[in-house]
Amino acid sequence: MFIGVDVGGTNTDAVLMDGVELLAKAKLSTTPDVTEGIVAALTEVLAQRPSDGTVDGVMVGTTHFTNALLESRQLTPTAVIRLCLPATTLLPPLVDWPGPLRDAIGGFTYMVPGGHEFDGREISSFDASKVADAAKEMLRQGVRAVAISGVFSPVNPAHEIEAAAVISRVAPGLKITLSHENGRIGLLERENAAALNACLGDVAARTIQGIQNAIRSLGLEAPLYMSQNDGTLMDAEFAARFPVLTISSGPTNSMRGAAFLSGVRDGIVVDVGGTSTDVGALVKGFPREAAVAVSIAGVRTNFRMPDVLSIPLGGGSVIQENPLRIGPNSVGYRLTEEAIVFGGGTLTGTDIAVSAGLAQVGNPALVQGLASSLVEQASQEIQHRMETAIDQVKVSSTDVPVVLVGGGRILADSSLSGASQVLRPEHGDVANAIGAAIAQVGGQVERVYSLESTSRQEALAEARAEAINKAVAAGAKRDTVEVVEIDEVPLTYLPSNATLVRVKAVGDLARSR
Amino acid sequence: MWEANEDNLEAIAMGAGILGTGGGGNPYIGQLRARQAIKEHGPVTVLDPDELPDDAQVICVGGIGAPTVGIEKVRDLQSLYALRAIEEFTGKKATALISNEIGGSNSVEPLIPAAMTGLPVVDADGMGRAFPEFQMKTFFVYGVPCCPMAIADEKGNTVVIPETISPAWAERLARAITVQMGCVACYAVAPMTAEQVRRTAVLNTLSLARNLGDAVITARVRGEDPIESILGTCPGKILFNGKIADVDRRTTAGFARGSLSIEGLADYNGERLAIEFQNENLIARRDGQIVCTVPDLICVVDSETGEPVTTELLRYGLRVIVLGLPAPDLWTTPEGLAVAGPRVFGYDTDFSPIQL
Repeated sequence: MFIGVDVGGTNTDAVLMDGVELLAKAKLSTTPDVTEGIVAALTEVLAQRPSDGTVDGVMVGTTHFTNALLESRQLTPTAVIRLCLPATTLLPPLVDWPGPLRDAIGGFTYMVPGGHEFDGREISSFDASKVADAAKEMLRQGVRAVAISGVFSPVNPAHEIEAAAVISRVAPGLKITLSHENGRIGLLERENAAALNACLGDVAARTIQGIQNAIRSLGLEAPLYMSQNDGTLMDAEFAARFPVLTISSGPTNSMRGAAFLSGVRDGIVVDVGGTSTDVGALVKGFPREAAVAVSIAGVRTNFRMPDVLSIPLGGGSVIQENPLRIGPNSVGYRLTEEAIVFGGGTLTGTDIAVSAGLAQVGNPALVQGLASSLVEQASQEIQHRMETAIDQVKVSSTDVPVVLVGGGRILADSSLSGASQVLRPEHGDVANAIGAAIAQVGGQVERVYSLESTSRQEALAEARAEAINKAVAAGAKRDTVEVVEIDEVPLTYLPSNATLVRVKAVGDLARSR
Repeated sequence: MWEANEDNLEAIAMGAGILGTGGGGNPYIGQLRARQAIKEHGPVTVLDPDELPDDAQVICVGGIGAPTVGIEKVRDLQSLYALRAIEEFTGKKATALISNEIGGSNSVEPLIPAAMTGLPVVDADGMGRAFPEFQMKTFFVYGVPCCPMAIADEKGNTVVIPETISPAWAERLARAITVQMGCVACYAVAPMTAEQVRRTAVLNTLSLARNLGDAVITARVRGEDPIESILGTCPGKILFNGKIADVDRRTTAGFARGSLSIEGLADYNGERLAIEFQNENLIARRDGQIVCTVPDLICVVDSETGEPVTTELLRYGLRVIVLGLPAPDLWTTPEGLAVAGPRVFGYDTDFSPIQL
């Protein structure tokens, strides 16, 4: 059986799952030292473990690393070295970073010869001595991590790999992140992601070690996995190398959990919380990825982020009359004190839902005095906002299944326009922890192919095979691996029929690792 | 005369996005490069065309290559190198630079060599909007030779083409050279006198871009309607208000062609607007009836924010307002329409200007 944990800003949720069956769940407050909350949640679900049950894995999704970036806290002094000269000098590494974050990591940047053209030719030859000089300089500056980027390294990573070899020889203590290992075409964005990853090295090592110790302290032998933002897992060792991949795993887990609980593979997930509602689309059981650049702590990246629309509407949204206003303010975690159904004095979304007969929480008698016109208008407005958000997230005008999860899902009516059906699966309140527990492992490939020298079939076959191998290397059982996404983008103004091919494969976690 | 600086660059880029009619590509890197050049070398003087000295030598600079390569091998100082090559070839120093189009990165490209050399840029451009092809410039329509043309890469390679038989040939040769250069080059073309600029360029378009951007940004800050602000800044009208219902894309002969269909909202409930694009928006039909065609500007902006929506960002569900802005007069003459009228793009229809 597996334990899934989701560490959010407010709550730490945990579930114990045996295959597809949920055996136990817990919802506790997140603690400043995240491991305390994790230990408490694990303890609670483990108390309900069957006597013969072995825990095969603990899967954790956390926003902790995002917070470290947002607060510029505990970041590793990091250098960025780009293989590019004579190209791209006008925009050096870290060029568009918020000043405080750049200062927090030290802001050491280098540009050296190297890198490739779109068709794989060298821009200039690799120069080991220039890289060695930079590495020596990094040591003098007290840098402990380095991000290496090269122009068109997703097409040809050779120079990044050579630079890593030189740096580990000259400065063996430096932790190295190679941009081509976790990014796609888009030099600045990929380099930024590599630099974010490098500077999270210390906090990731510490946190992951802390969680592992916590698991051991509870007498569990199970390995630790961390959730990635694309809905797949990485083992603890991989996560310590690529902590940036955990960012935004929360919404992904909740959508994956919703898919699992409802059986819906293609549809819309509406996760209604206390303050906001996240709406995202499921494609083959995975969240659709955002097409545009995503900022993390003010830094532009082109990461595999779930394409989620967040609207300020939740169970705690404050309702004002004359004129009617719903949110954006929310009573948040004080809902059970301040909402009218709980004896408080603030009219909230929850009160409207109870009064409209959509839910039974608190004391319904307390909202009997609300004017029916107000309740009706507010309900309609809430439905309207959800329907608009659903419509904006949909990929076509066809009606699709809508899955409601999260504590605030009582706000939604059972019929929503644009929905072929509205599902409210049991245990939807811990969909995110369930999403972590059931996560699969995946592999992704992104590469530019010239369809003049290679046929389209050959290019796709090569990309598919490589994605599948990557998934297996990441811990998937080979016979369960399937390709879930193939994306082809023809490149404009390019000769030789160049096409960007992106393939993602996922499979079930092999238990005996 | 005014100054393009770090403070108004965002407004210029946003306004250029609106005038770019869906084309021009991702403006992020162009804007960032211009910002960096201005940060390092100081602001750029923008001259009214009337302020040019009569013996001026004005050079048009712009980028050429594949946008998808440009986000990876980020464009560097190529336009400066191309400028130097043309100066050396003609034996005459430039007195000012001019944009080849208003839309995307190309609108701010001259700001980079201008900041580095201290040269001013002229408040004008060669399209007054964006077009997909090099030869579609008012300069060439009204008799300015495009050659000599210089093309430069980031490595120090430059090629000068002294003469071609037409601007279209210049484009064809430049594109072949650009591919060998790694698909991210810049050109410097069409040395012009002050008289030629005043007669053949679309005038005061950098100020227009800045004013449009300012209008949108100010409206957002004040909580006002950005669409009204846009229409308060330049002539034009709302063609449609709705939600994108379908986007159909295909890449043919290197261009991003396609169409989108918008379902009406509010006053347009029950109606449909269809737009066809080739990098830029070319023709809009409301329930089958043509309501706007190239060279008039068909601008798709986000209903809420007024943010221009480039063709690559079009997607189902987006709430948009479609604006029609009249084309610059230089395009609506028979000579202009012969280069950039609807028939040039394969539409069997005459140009009929939008009625304001």
